[in-house]
Amino acid sequence: MPNMSMTKVPMREQEPDVRNKNFEEVALGYTEEMAVEEASRCLNCKHKPCMTGCPVNVPIPGFIEAVVAKDFDKAYEIITSENALPAICGRVCPQEKQCESKCVRGIKGEPVSIGRIERFVADYHMAKGESVKPVTEKNGHKVAVVGSGPAGITCAGELAKRGYEVTIFEALHKAGGVLSYGIPEFRLPKALVAKELENITGLGVTIETNVVVGKSVTVDDLFDRGFEAIFLGTGAGLPSFLRIPGENLLGVYSANEFLTRVNLMKAYKKGEVPTPIKIGKRVAVVGAGNVAMDAARTAKRLGAEEVYIVYRRGEEEVPARAEEVHHAKEEGIIFRLLNNPVKILGDENGYVCGMEVVKQELGEPDASGRRSPKPIEGSNYVLDVETVVIAIGQSPNPLIRQTTEGLECGKRGTITVDEETEQTTREHVYAGGDAVTGAATVILAMGAGKKAAQSIDESFK
Amino acid sequence: MYKIVRKEVLNQAVVLMEVEAPYVAFRCEAGQFLIARIGEDGERIPLTIADYDREKNTITIVFQTLGYSTKKMAELEVGDSFTDFVGPLGTPAPFHDDWKRIIGVAGGVGTAPLYCQLKELHRRGVECDVIIGGRSAEFVILVDLFKEICKNVYIMTDDGTLGDKGVVTKKLEELINAGEKYDHVITIGPLIMMKFVVQLTKQHDIPTSVSLNPIMIDGTGMCGGCRVTIDGQTKFACVDGPDFDGFKVDFDECMKRQGFFKQEEHECNLGLS
Repeated sequence: MPNMSMTKVPMREQEPDVRNKNFEEVALGYTEEMAVEEASRCLNCKHKPCMTGCPVNVPIPGFIEAVVAKDFDKAYEIITSENALPAICGRVCPQEKQCESKCVRGIKGEPVSIGRIERFVADYHMAKGESVKPVTEKNGHKVAVVGSGPAGITCAGELAKRGYEVTIFEALHKAGGVLSYGIPEFRLPKALVAKELENITGLGVTIETNVVVGKSVTVDDLFDRGFEAIFLGTGAGLPSFLRIPGENLLGVYSANEFLTRVNLMKAYKKGEVPTPIKIGKRVAVVGAGNVAMDAARTAKRLGAEEVYIVYRRGEEEVPARAEEVHHAKEEGIIFRLLNNPVKILGDENGYVCGMEVVKQELGEPDASGRRSPKPIEGSNYVLDVETVVIAIGQSPNPLIRQTTEGLECGKRGTITVDEETEQTTREHVYAGGDAVTGAATVILAMGAGKKAAQSIDESFK
Repeated sequence: MYKIVRKEVLNQAVVLMEVEAPYVAFRCEAGQFLIARIGEDGERIPLTIADYDREKNTITIVFQTLGYSTKKMAELEVGDSFTDFVGPLGTPAPFHDDWKRIIGVAGGVGTAPLYCQLKELHRRGVECDVIIGGRSAEFVILVDLFKEICKNVYIMTDDGTLGDKGVVTKKLEELINAGEKYDHVITIGPLIMMKFVVQLTKQHDIPTSVSLNPIMIDGTGMCGGCRVTIDGQTKFACVDGPDFDGFKVDFDECMKRQGFFKQEEHECNLGLS
């Protein structure tokens, strides 16, 4: 008999007033009992609607059934047959828009908490400390993967399992891409990212850090060096700015700079590391996506007293994961929705001392179906802040497209690919993830990396 | 690892190192930079390339011991290694084929990246002069190297202990007033020096390029910390530069932005003797 509770088994979490002062993980995960109890809410539907919502086709009812039977090893095996990074996906996937949005239990009540169960299974396996074994039988083909974020490591892992000799080239000094520099410790512990990366290198994949493809070597150099196929998983690293007056004042950061200083360079360990971060008592974060939530919650943890989310659209349009918005509000982040920055104000020394904002109202739905906001004339006011973080999106980095002949790109710098194969307009060059879609999610990037690995494999048959 | 194969202490504040870095040496050009790092949690330090040797796969860097990280770097010896050394970053210096005669104007540690540019121009057959400035004789660096590639090497010190007494712009003005003709000026050094060089060359309408070295993290266009205003437009020094048309640079904004972490740098240095 399934557990007919209308609500999810709640997740253990650090108390909001405690966690907004530390960088430890917010959500503490299910215990074995909680995972089994939640898993037993699954009706094991024949038509498996949840799977249609998963970009990498994890056999969700199958692994949940294994959890009900307390066979967690089998559950892990089922998940990882399709998803190489379950501990990460369990934490950062927008489940409410994917698998859980299709769950039959969600029609009356809350859907099965697929993400939390996935996380439990991954953490259970990780705690056992088993390491993967490299594929001993190599097929003799060399593939280069550019970028060690979710798309790149998924592609590399899939190819290594099939016997390819794979080298990942990473521009930064540390692998992981956005998992390392972007998503904060309190949402995705770096030790966990390191373990997932160990699983990839454990398969025999080589990671070369400090190589900027497009600068240190070009795509053509990589072919010259014996690589037969190349996957570009270079992400969307170029920060967008608002293009309003005052953006170069002291105290204005892109979310990328703000989060990179804290996550990759560990600036939150003040006095222990040489990379600094400077933050005012009052901080405005512009934007309302996951990156904005991460920046706002990070600012709070760094000691800011008042942290605002300033977003030009309304509640309905907030693009962040529901859980992140909920957590941010619990932690005391102040939401100023339908507010659009007009100008950043500076003092005589060039330091930020405020941000002028105009209130907005929603007009008629536009072509995309979203109601577009319009400024309310005369509603301008000044938000007193000393720090402004711009988190309105990122676009793909141009370094590779500038140095690779024949690589076609779209208007926003995204690499053009065949949707079925992830192949670019250059022969033997594939691409996937944010570099192709523009800033999106970890799981979509992984899906693309996986698809590209399949296409690369087929191209050698 | 990125092994140090040569180290020279140029003066009490400036160190030269030649470092094995095949990926940087493979494609680098004059004007580009790299990012060096030491230790597990080390800071990413951008340094403009002072010289390179593609056969030996080495890069030469010259840095001033300003903060915590550069002081730690200066303690490394031949045989030690950098933890990370990544590049080349930025765009190569924008040289023009029609240049016949140019002058470089350098101050302090900026003398090193200027050497890299003039060496390349000399190789291309451009006649080069140079003005090298420093606080005193001790702080004037790389003079012998410039003598090999420059027709005239002028030296200026604040206290007159070497060359003429005064700032580099004094010498540049003298040369211009004496009727010396240059197609281009390349100036690399402290922001305040480059600002005054540009003020002078603007009056005489001599195109001038400058090399900027703002605060940055990744050096690949990702953080946007290095934004500079060029002709009213925001540019990223790491990918659009580091060399820019000096006439178009907002130096005052650059100087303000450079000082943003002064207090933090000070606190960081308290632990060092």
